[in-house]
Amino acid sequence: MVFPFSAIIGQDEMTTALVIAAIEPRLSGVLIFGDRGTGKSTAVRALASLLPDMAAVSSCAYGCDPDDQAALCSDCQGKTALPQIKIRVPVVDLPLGVTEDRVVGALNLERALADGVKIFEPGLLARAHRGFLYIDEVNLLEDHIVDLLLDVSASGENVVEREGLSLRHPARFVLIGSGNPEEGELRPQLLDRFGLCVDVKTPGDLPTRVEIIRRRDAYDRDPAAFVRSCKAADAKLRKRIVGARAALPAVEAPEETLEQAAKLCMALGTDGSRGELTLLRAARAWAAFEGAPAVTPAHLRRMAPAALRHRLRRDPLDDSLAETRVSRVLAELFV
Amino acid sequence: MPFEPVPPNDAPAAPDYAPGVWIAALLAVDPKLGGVVIRARHGGARDAFLQRFQTLLPAPGRYKKMPPNIGDDRLLGGLDLAATLSAGRPVAMAGLLAEAAAGVLVLAMAERLPVGTAARLAAAIDQGADVTMIALDEGLEDEAPPAALLDRLAFTLPEAALPAPGETWPPAGQMQAARAGLGLVTNDDAAIERLCTIAAMLDVASTRAVLFAVRAARAAAAVAGRWQVGEADINLAATLVLLPRAQRLPAGDAEGEDEAAEPPPPEPSNGAPETEKTDKAETDADPGSATATDEPAVTQEAARAVLPAGLLAALAAGSVPRRAARGGGQAGRVAGLGRGRPAGSRPGRIGNGARLSIVETLRAAVPWQTLRHANNRIAIRADDFRILRFKARARAIAIFAVDASGSAALNRLAEAKGAVQLLLADCYVRRDQVAVLAFRGRTAECLLPPTHALARARRCLASLPGGGPTPLATGIAAARALAEAERRKGMEPLLVLLTDGGANIGRDGNPGRAAAAADALAAGRACRAAGLAALVVDTAPRPQTFVARLATEMGARYLPLPYADAAALGRAVQQQEAASVRRAA
Repeated sequence: MVFPFSAIIGQDEMTTALVIAAIEPRLSGVLIFGDRGTGKSTAVRALASLLPDMAAVSSCAYGCDPDDQAALCSDCQGKTALPQIKIRVPVVDLPLGVTEDRVVGALNLERALADGVKIFEPGLLARAHRGFLYIDEVNLLEDHIVDLLLDVSASGENVVEREGLSLRHPARFVLIGSGNPEEGELRPQLLDRFGLCVDVKTPGDLPTRVEIIRRRDAYDRDPAAFVRSCKAADAKLRKRIVGARAALPAVEAPEETLEQAAKLCMALGTDGSRGELTLLRAARAWAAFEGAPAVTPAHLRRMAPAALRHRLRRDPLDDSLAETRVSRVLAELFV
Repeated sequence: MPFEPVPPNDAPAAPDYAPGVWIAALLAVDPKLGGVVIRARHGGARDAFLQRFQTLLPAPGRYKKMPPNIGDDRLLGGLDLAATLSAGRPVAMAGLLAEAAAGVLVLAMAERLPVGTAARLAAAIDQGADVTMIALDEGLEDEAPPAALLDRLAFTLPEAALPAPGETWPPAGQMQAARAGLGLVTNDDAAIERLCTIAAMLDVASTRAVLFAVRAARAAAAVAGRWQVGEADINLAATLVLLPRAQRLPAGDAEGEDEAAEPPPPEPSNGAPETEKTDKAETDADPGSATATDEPAVTQEAARAVLPAGLLAALAAGSVPRRAARGGGQAGRVAGLGRGRPAGSRPGRIGNGARLSIVETLRAAVPWQTLRHANNRIAIRADDFRILRFKARARAIAIFAVDASGSAALNRLAEAKGAVQLLLADCYVRRDQVAVLAFRGRTAECLLPPTHALARARRCLASLPGGGPTPLATGIAAARALAEAERRKGMEPLLVLLTDGGANIGRDGNPGRAAAAADALAAGRACRAAGLAALVVDTAPRPQTFVARLATEMGARYLPLPYADAAALGRAVQQQEAASVRRAA
């Protein structure tokens, strides 16, 4: 039983970013910065349980999508018939101090000892395929694990060359990282991998805080009843997300919107074109969620802070918030 | 014993237990409170508490002790290698967490707990593990258990609050009744509202803390035999759960006190206010400090009205750990954990400190089993042994000891700050850590514990006020202590001392130039004896022979800074670091 997504209040920017990431997985993830105990991990788990179950090839260790021929793993490609089952969207935790073995996968020692066979024991990357990989305190993650993630998240494929094993398997996941920037900087390369970046704070006003505690407390005391009470709202949201996913390919991005996105990124001096691309994808997903046929400046504007705030070239010592810089440029461009 | 709730109007008064006893009782009633951090040294009082706590539990005798260096296989369960080898077939073992289910897990030396292990414990708690954790934190001043774990344990019990031997403890029967009645206890929304308000006043951001407080209040009502949470329960919960997490005190906050307690600088220090003025623009731009200080007086009044009476008394007694205000600071521990990046294993012999990689050894042995014709056993030969290899990389930490005395302030403290900021930018590029110490008046203070977060370093420097006499020896000694502590964690420290050499306070805290100078030189010699790489920057308007001599005694590189040339300073530190890393390698 998971805390219902629709019952999360006071963290609109975070929940919006997560919904956008669920609609458009190519955004490749959300980075959530903020204090402990602001409901980051609750929100991620809630989102995954909100999403509809997926069709998967039964007995496939990676949960391949039977309808996507191109992305099948090598085992499934060899099969003629692909029996289907429904699985939940996985949320996999990547704990700090995790070993490479666990992340990448390794030789299955038990089978090797018992039967003398060489079998690959899939790691966390395999389990996160088609779901979410959640890293709490991502900024404290050791460098050699970060390197692994960078490569896999860019290619969508995990290549294992170790212990006499040589194989590759698909590993496409939405990376969700959370952390407190006060406790350490995130490597720029990893920062760039996250499509969206949001700041969460404990809501400042008392009524919201009280309501958060009230809901959470009600959930803790009787989870089943609380989840029941939110069922309708959750179902409505689920329908909207599924609808947005279907509508996404048809959402137009007019020339002037592209131009505006480019202007915005130029004014902010973001490196490379990943900024524009992400901004556009996010805006399109938001438009689809809103049921709009085309991306408008309002959609761009709504997504700009989350899509760009972590891409500004920055002076490490200047912590005058990226937030302010983005909103300043936004105000200038969209008069 | 059946639970017979009493109507609220003739509810019994809250039993008058000591705070430590209350914490034990609440935990025994509601294990979902997570646990308690006991911040105390090893000793009789702590052991007595652990023993008494056991008697309150439904099933005594389920204490499991966890050392900080526990491996994943032992914590979470996995393959029992010893049994596997002797049985010749895989033998699984249960992890300590599973063994401690429905009982108590005692985390010994929690301050040395690796963040990775803490993350696993945190995940277990989040997934609803039925374990009460008692973290034994012997870190006292400078170390603390990982924050991710602290946030998930409701209570903190400082040494002073450990129950005295003669303290009254609730009888076991009362605990049983309270446990049975816990589910029936209710609270109105006003209780939640009040706890939220108190949390906001104390700047406790974590939602978890408030949830713990609500739970604690209900458990307290259950212990008292009431079925409605009352005023006393709320006050108790606020004192036990929220107060130790306070980031800010609603009245008479720390900054104000410091300023009031400061002795007037004996030297003419027109420079000090001026320096502060130069920095004011930067300080103002910082939203963090603005919200903390510009709190309207109205809020403070409201806080006084809302806070339970005992709370302010507790504040006055100084039971709020100051450490909380520093926040984070854990990053340094993380980096200190690894002695380099694991670089696989290689065939080798055991001994000489080499660590056998059992898993790799087994893997190496597995392909040969058919050939070796072992009878249902795994035949392992010496050739199979694999030892762990680490690729060690010296991680550098630059420790800045800044002379913030009146004379230094006069001699351009602002420029020294500017120079340090340039160095910080370098550190960012190399992903070094930094720490900042400042000394003035009679003490040295660690403004910034080792961190990667350079923005914080910048902020704490910008708000560094100048003024007061120069305890140079104390400053050097403090920097050395920090450097040695970092070295023990596997870091490569570099000491950067910025001073104008006007030492006038000796180690004993007494004024006197001659004694102070001699003490400073002695402190410098200790640095050289410890083999610390150091750089001494002379910030006086004209280079001082004394500072040059100090540098020689420290075995440090001497860099006069007659006119602020921050770029030159940056180059000097780089060269020094390169040299010290070479030496380490």
